[in-house]
Amino acid sequence: MNPALVAARAGLSRGWIEFRQTLTTPGDLIAILIPTGGFLAAMIWTRHTHVPGTHFSLGTTMLVSVLGLNVVVYGVVTMGDLLIVEREDGTLLRAKAIPNGMLGYLLGKIVSISAQIAFAVTITLLTGTFLFTGLAIGSPGSWLTLAWVLVLGLLATLPLGAVLGSLFPSQRSAGPWWLLLLGGLSAISGVFYPITHLPIFLQWTGQMFPPYWLGLGMRSALLPNAMAGVEVGHSWRHLATFGVLSAWVVAGLVLAPAVLRRMARRQSGSAVAASREKAMRGT
Amino acid sequence: MEDVLDVRDLRMRYGKTDVLNGVSFAARRGEVLALLGPNGAGKTTTIEILEGFRIRSAGEVSVLGADPARGGEAWRAKTGVVLQSWRDHAKWQVRELLTHLGRYYAPYSTASVTRPWDVDDLLETVGLTPHALKRVRNLSGGQRRRLDVAIGIVGRPEVLFLDEPTVGFDPEARRDFHEVVHRLAGREEATILLTTHDLNEAERLADRILILVGGTIIADGSADELARTMPGQSEVRWSRDGQRFVHAADDATSFVRELFRQHGESVGDLEVRRASLEDTYLALVRQAEHGLPRRLAAVAA
Repeated sequence: MNPALVAARAGLSRGWIEFRQTLTTPGDLIAILIPTGGFLAAMIWTRHTHVPGTHFSLGTTMLVSVLGLNVVVYGVVTMGDLLIVEREDGTLLRAKAIPNGMLGYLLGKIVSISAQIAFAVTITLLTGTFLFTGLAIGSPGSWLTLAWVLVLGLLATLPLGAVLGSLFPSQRSAGPWWLLLLGGLSAISGVFYPITHLPIFLQWTGQMFPPYWLGLGMRSALLPNAMAGVEVGHSWRHLATFGVLSAWVVAGLVLAPAVLRRMARRQSGSAVAASREKAMRGT
Repeated sequence: MEDVLDVRDLRMRYGKTDVLNGVSFAARRGEVLALLGPNGAGKTTTIEILEGFRIRSAGEVSVLGADPARGGEAWRAKTGVVLQSWRDHAKWQVRELLTHLGRYYAPYSTASVTRPWDVDDLLETVGLTPHALKRVRNLSGGQRRRLDVAIGIVGRPEVLFLDEPTVGFDPEARRDFHEVVHRLAGREEATILLTTHDLNEAERLADRILILVGGTIIADGSADELARTMPGQSEVRWSRDGQRFVHAADDATSFVRELFRQHGESVGDLEVRRASLEDTYLALVRQAEHGLPRRLAAVAA
């Protein structure tokens, strides 16, 4: 049997095993539930506030946009951070020491993080349907749009996370950057407030990055059509969503293999030992 | 038959520092080599180059007939690696992890070698059967090391690299590990290169011992051969008329013969002790580090 195929299958089951471990490790579960709970609290808080210029609940809009943000948080930050952690603890080196191990490792990561995203999205959505009104979840078209935005979002963010994770030298040095990146991007992404109310310069910046488009895509899937009126150009802009996210997919898939190979090449026992010593010295 | 390991004039330089200055050695199939040397001598660098984890500066290296720097996955499937420090896969269960990592080796089975190693048998071999369902992070240091060894051999490697494999082992674990190595080298005909600071271990396990000092191999041979290169190798102790004597002899047999010829029945408590590998090792290293002449070094030892 083809060794790469065997490794790919091993990678898929690896992803499920890791996802199961996340669900059965209290610390990991809390790390998923706390931000999800935090977002939900913010939505409930703004449930009765209206989106400016409409009579539609800001909380409901936020709920839907947060689904898109979830993809970015897990796809970029969790992916990148895990890559750094597992580079330091030797998991990547282990993968390198077994035949086709890197292939299995990366597929495993993609599966386990996708599953985590699906989990977080499901929790948010389930809670949302009970607590919020106005969600357009009745039609098959909604779910179809949700599905393609989700898949495209994963393809756009996971390679990006892998690239960033490969570039940061250590988990300690990466921490503040993740916060800055995430905070900055979500502030101008239109997730918490319509992007049309921001200065033009920030509107343009926000529209260059995936969080805005993931949020827009989710809103187009799950909000009533009339709500397109408050978006840029009074439209859901599906074509632009597809175009911008696809551009990020291409960029990620072009960059990621080279950057990952470079990182893998630098893996060695002494590198792992050195990073451990560094972590222990606290520098 | 071609050597499994063949290293010629291997050199490694980091910036302006030469870590390896022309290391050469070879190993046949089924041979166990112990690489000894003080900290910083270049042992780990050597082993990492052979594992294909580090690119050498110069020299020829062949492992299983291929250059490790361009090994490929089929080559990788025939090698096993146990590094000094692993902290990976903390959340995995022992059995689950071995089963998972074993899967990658299945396509590399041959008519004579079924890969991977059966997990139950492997757990039994390294003594982890009672801990099969534990998560890796709940293992003790010694158990964790046993798991590292198990992962290193799950693909039934033809060549196995062990970097200080027995650190943190209690005497029982150490003996179990030695049995595993004997089994691998004997029945499985694996070629094994290991580094250790435990000279008894090296003497017990290795067919050949290489001593690496300052980036060069200063000695290459069996423990006996190394001992024979050292003059004053044996220590003779005896008592006569209630007095105790100690003498370092080049040729213990003729010394004792002469002793009995001169003093006959008055010689008692005779003890002849061969220089231990430790004596030999310390003398050789001291001599290499300080450039002392051989005889002087031996006396100092």
